[in-house]
Amino acid sequence: MTEETEVAKKAPEENRTVVRTQEVKKTFVMGELEVHALRGVDLEIYTGEYLSIMGPSGSGKSTLFNMIGGLDKPSHGKVYIDEVDVAQLDAYELAWLRCRKIGYIFQSFNLIPVMTALENVTLPMVFAGLTSDESRDKGLDLLKKVGLGERHSHKPPELSGGQQQRVAVARALANDPAIVLADEPTGNLDLTTGTEIIELLREMNEKSGVTIISATHDHKMLSVSDRVVWIRDGQIERIADRADLDIEVTKVAGE
Amino acid sequence: MAQQGFQLAGGREIVLPVSKAVEIALRSLKIRFGRSLITTSGIILAIAFLMSVWSGADIVTSLKEAGKSEIDLLLQKKGIETGTAQGVNATGEDRSRLEEESSKQTWLVSLSLLVCVVGIANAMLMSVTERFREIGTMKCLGALDSFIIKLFLLESTFQGVAGTLVGIVIGLVLTTALAMLDYGYFIFTYFPTASVIESAGAAMLAGTILSLIGAMLPAYTAAKMEPVEAMRSDT
Repeated sequence: MTEETEVAKKAPEENRTVVRTQEVKKTFVMGELEVHALRGVDLEIYTGEYLSIMGPSGSGKSTLFNMIGGLDKPSHGKVYIDEVDVAQLDAYELAWLRCRKIGYIFQSFNLIPVMTALENVTLPMVFAGLTSDESRDKGLDLLKKVGLGERHSHKPPELSGGQQQRVAVARALANDPAIVLADEPTGNLDLTTGTEIIELLREMNEKSGVTIISATHDHKMLSVSDRVVWIRDGQIERIADRADLDIEVTKVAGE
Repeated sequence: MAQQGFQLAGGREIVLPVSKAVEIALRSLKIRFGRSLITTSGIILAIAFLMSVWSGADIVTSLKEAGKSEIDLLLQKKGIETGTAQGVNATGEDRSRLEEESSKQTWLVSLSLLVCVVGIANAMLMSVTERFREIGTMKCLGALDSFIIKLFLLESTFQGVAGTLVGIVIGLVLTTALAMLDYGYFIFTYFPTASVIESAGAAMLAGTILSLIGAMLPAYTAAKMEPVEAMRSDT
């Protein structure tokens, strides 16, 4: 991608924030012990960007990730998704949010084993109230996009890890979400298939403008991310954007 | 605008996925066929027992009402008092013995049904635990608590209905066979079809309700699970 298109794509969206966290703190109480997983995180994520959250395990990375995805509520502070305070939502609205606004991709794929690839992809559409004809067409289309058009009737155990993750990517995009949350999407994949999945995510990001937020410690992610956030000890250690990253990637490659 | 969308989507969500829930429930049963068979056999046994007690009573009542002396003779041999032979056989001692026997039987039937409910609850809890991640994933994809509850209640109801049907047939066939040994072909002449069908209906109801009761707590546990569970990668 050239510098010009990059700017053209980003410019109108630059000021649209899709996720905003405000002094988010999270404390887990384990018996007598209080564990501060997050110690005040302020982060803005913009529409259409590819953001990676990096950090060692135990850094609070997953906790922050769950907050952004509306899967967990902060002990202190606020999380806004599309300017809606997640803490204010009831169970019904949260389900709606998860269904329509957010697509999830998991490290262990989490496909429903008894369903075919197509049924897995159309499940979120069923929850969204689409008719079976609508969802079938859309599901097939999505599977074609991720390169599994002719394998729609296979069940997850009959697919390779990479193929399963492709189905998961298609499922995440089922209801045209604003955000796709990918939790270590390459964690269970080998190098090549991992790269393929990363490229697929990047492609979806560029084509449909969906915001991709991924928690990872896979350094292959660095080269495709628009921004990278490093988390350490429950705080943001550093945020690097595209320009800084290019320098770093070349430096790593040179070593 | 967002608010409107929320309500709109909510309204549509509740109606549609019932058929999907039925489909998923049936399929989860199919894939865990071995175990659902074991659970179902618990229901089969309990309902077969219940049905044999009820239909046995039906047959005896019908034979008594027939008022034939040769049948009454057979009944008296079994220690059952009959209308024509009141003076001969029905001493106070006998009556109290019979009452004691029938209350013992009631006690046994209720115990077996109780064991059956506990068995169902146990099997469903296992099924829920096994599927933590699947449930969490579905919740991530936007499934409501009510959908998850529906899923497990349906699953248990299917087991319950299938088990009850088989149980009714087994109970009825066994009782009829045993009654035939005792009373010969008279039981077909005076077969209490209406009251046996009534008993079967009651047994059907009992089996279904019991499997629903057994599944309630597990289904609730599943529905209240946090979707974060799905994110945990340790299998």
